[in-house]
Amino acid sequence: MAEPAHPVPVAATMPPVVGLLREFWNAYSQSRGALIGFALVLALVLIALGADFIAPHPPNEQYRDFTLTPPAWQEDGTARFLLGTDPVGRDVLSRLIHGTRLSLIIGLVSVVISLSLGVLLGLVAGYVRGLTETVIMRLMDVMLALPSLLLAIAVVAILSPGLVNAMYAIAIVLLPHYVRLTRAAVIAESGKEYVASSKIAGAGPMRLMFNTILPNCTAPLIVQATLGFSTAILDAAALGFLGLGAQPPTPEWGSMLSSALEFIQRAPWVVTLPGLAILVTVLAFNLMGDGLRDALDPRLKQ
Amino acid sequence: MFAFILRRIALIVPTFLGVTLLAFALIHLIPGDPVENLSGERGMDSERRARLLHEFGLDQSLTVQYFKYIGQVVRGDLGTSLTTHEPVLREFATLFPATVELAFFAMVFAVCIGLPAGIIAAIKRNTVADYAVMGISLTGYSMPIFWWALLLILFFSVQLGWTPVSGRIDVLYDVPTTTGFMLLDTLRSGEPGAFRSAVSHLILPSIALGTIPLAVIARMTRSSMLEVLREDYVRTARAKGLPYWQVVLVHALRNALIPVVTVIGLQVGLLLSGAILTETIFSWPGVGNWLIHGVQSRDYPVVQGGILLIATIVITVNLLVDLLYGVINPRIGHG
Repeated sequence: MAEPAHPVPVAATMPPVVGLLREFWNAYSQSRGALIGFALVLALVLIALGADFIAPHPPNEQYRDFTLTPPAWQEDGTARFLLGTDPVGRDVLSRLIHGTRLSLIIGLVSVVISLSLGVLLGLVAGYVRGLTETVIMRLMDVMLALPSLLLAIAVVAILSPGLVNAMYAIAIVLLPHYVRLTRAAVIAESGKEYVASSKIAGAGPMRLMFNTILPNCTAPLIVQATLGFSTAILDAAALGFLGLGAQPPTPEWGSMLSSALEFIQRAPWVVTLPGLAILVTVLAFNLMGDGLRDALDPRLKQ
Repeated sequence: MFAFILRRIALIVPTFLGVTLLAFALIHLIPGDPVENLSGERGMDSERRARLLHEFGLDQSLTVQYFKYIGQVVRGDLGTSLTTHEPVLREFATLFPATVELAFFAMVFAVCIGLPAGIIAAIKRNTVADYAVMGISLTGYSMPIFWWALLLILFFSVQLGWTPVSGRIDVLYDVPTTTGFMLLDTLRSGEPGAFRSAVSHLILPSIALGTIPLAVIARMTRSSMLEVLREDYVRTARAKGLPYWQVVLVHALRNALIPVVTVIGLQVGLLLSGAILTETIFSWPGVGNWLIHGVQSRDYPVVQGGILLIATIVITVNLLVDLLYGVINPRIGHG
C-alpha cells in the first residue's frame, strides 16, 4: 500500500488557475473604482447580449404620431417611451440599448484586430531585432506622429465612410501601442534565464516567441486592451458624429447625437442621452482598466 | 548638449519621411484617380484621359512620382484646393492662428485648474478632496468632447445666454487681420467691444478642448507629487522646520513638475485631435474644421497637405519637449 501518509494540503489540490484567479480578484477588489467599473461593464455586456429582449421597441420602428415625445418624467412624457422619442418617432431607450451592443462590438472588433496584429508585429520586432525591428518601429512612430482622430479620419478617407471601415481605422490607430508594449516586454523577457534555458533545450523561434515569452507579457497587454476598448468606443462615436462612421439609421450613439443636433433646443434629450451613454461606457472601461493595472502590475500602483 | 540635439533631430528625419510617404499614399490609395474624379459622371474618352494623366504626371512610375512629390513639399508646394483653388499651404497658414489661439487657451485653462487640483489631491491624499479630484478627472478623461461642448452651449449659451454659440467674433465688428490671433488683433484695433466679443467667443471652446488635458494633467501632477513627497529631501526640509506649504510648493513641486511638463508637451497631438471636434461644433474657423470639410467634400489635396502639416507640427513639438526635458532635468544623461 503506497497511500501518502500526510493529507495533501488543500491549496496544492486546487488547480493553479483557480488560485491565481483568487489572488487576482483579491488584488482587484481592493479598489472601489475598479469594482464599480467591473459592475458597469458587466451590466453593459448583459444589456448588449439581451438587447432584443430588453428593448421595449424595435430600434428603427418609427411611431409617426409620437415624434419628439419627452422622457416619461417630463410633462407630456409617456410611460410608453421612457426616455422619449427622436425626431422621427423612434424610441430613444431602445436605440440606446441597441447602441450598447453596437459600441461593444466596435470595441471588441477593433481591439481584437489591433491586438493580434500588434502582438505579432511586436513579437517579431522584439525577437528578430535588426532591420525588421527598425522598419516596424519607424512605421509605428509615423502612426503615432498623427493625432489619433486625424489618423482615423485619414484611414476612413481612404476606405470611405462606414461602420466597418471605422472599426478598421480605429484598429490601426490603436496598433502602435500594442506593438511598442509587446516589443518592450519581449526585449525585457528575452534576456532572462528561463528563455535562455528553453533555447538550450532546443525550442525553436516560434515556440520561444509564442509559448515561452508571450505568456509573460500578458499583464500589460490586458490592461492596454481594456483601455483600448474605451478609446475605440470614444473614437467610433466621434467618427459617427462627424458623419464618417456608422451611417443613419444605425443606432450608433455618435451618429444618433449628430442626426438630432438641430433639435437640441426643443428636445435636449435626443442629444444628452446618447452622450451620457458614451460617457458611462467609456468611464466603465477606464475604471476597469485602471483597476486591472493596479491588480496586475503592483509596481505601477500609486 | 549640441550632439544630443543633433542626434534627436536626426532621429525624426525617418519619421518625417514616413509621414510624407503616408500622405503620398493617401492620394494613391483612394479609389479612383484624380483624372477619373475630374471626368465626373459623363466619363472621358481614352485619348483625353491619357493626355490628362500625362499632364498630371500620373503616367510615371510611383517612385518617380514620390520623389517629385518630395521635391514639391520641400519647396513648400502642397498643391491647390479643389474647392477654393487656393494653394493648400496658404489656406493652412491663414487658418492655423485660429487653431493655435484656441489650443493655447485650452491649455491655459487645463494647466490653471489641473495643476492646483493635482497638488491638492496629493497633499490631501485619501480625503474627500482627493476622491473628488480623481473622480472628476477620470470623468473628464472619458468625456466625448463633442457632447461636452454641446452641453456647455446648451447651458451657458442657450439657458443663461452668457456666451455666444459659435464663431470667433461678433459679425458687428470688422477687425483688420494682422497677426491672425483674434485677441491681439482686437486689442490693436482699439475697440474694447471687439476685444470683449473675441474673449467671450473663446471661453466655451477653450473649456471644451481643455477638459481632457486638464484631467491628464491633474492625474499626472497628483501621482508625481505623491512620489516626490515620499523622498528623503522632503522629510529633511520638514525636519528643518520649514512650513509645510513651503516644502510642498518649493521643494516638492519643482521636482514633481518634470514629468508634468513632459505630459503637457505631449498633449499637442490630443489638442489637435480635439480641435477637429471642437472647431466643428463651434464653427471655429481653424485647421480642424477646414480638414473635416476637406474630407467631406473629397478635397484630397487639402486632406493630404493638412495631414502632412499637422504631423510635422506634432513631430516638431514632441522634439522640442524632448529637448526641454533634457534641459529641465539635468539627471537625463546626454551621453
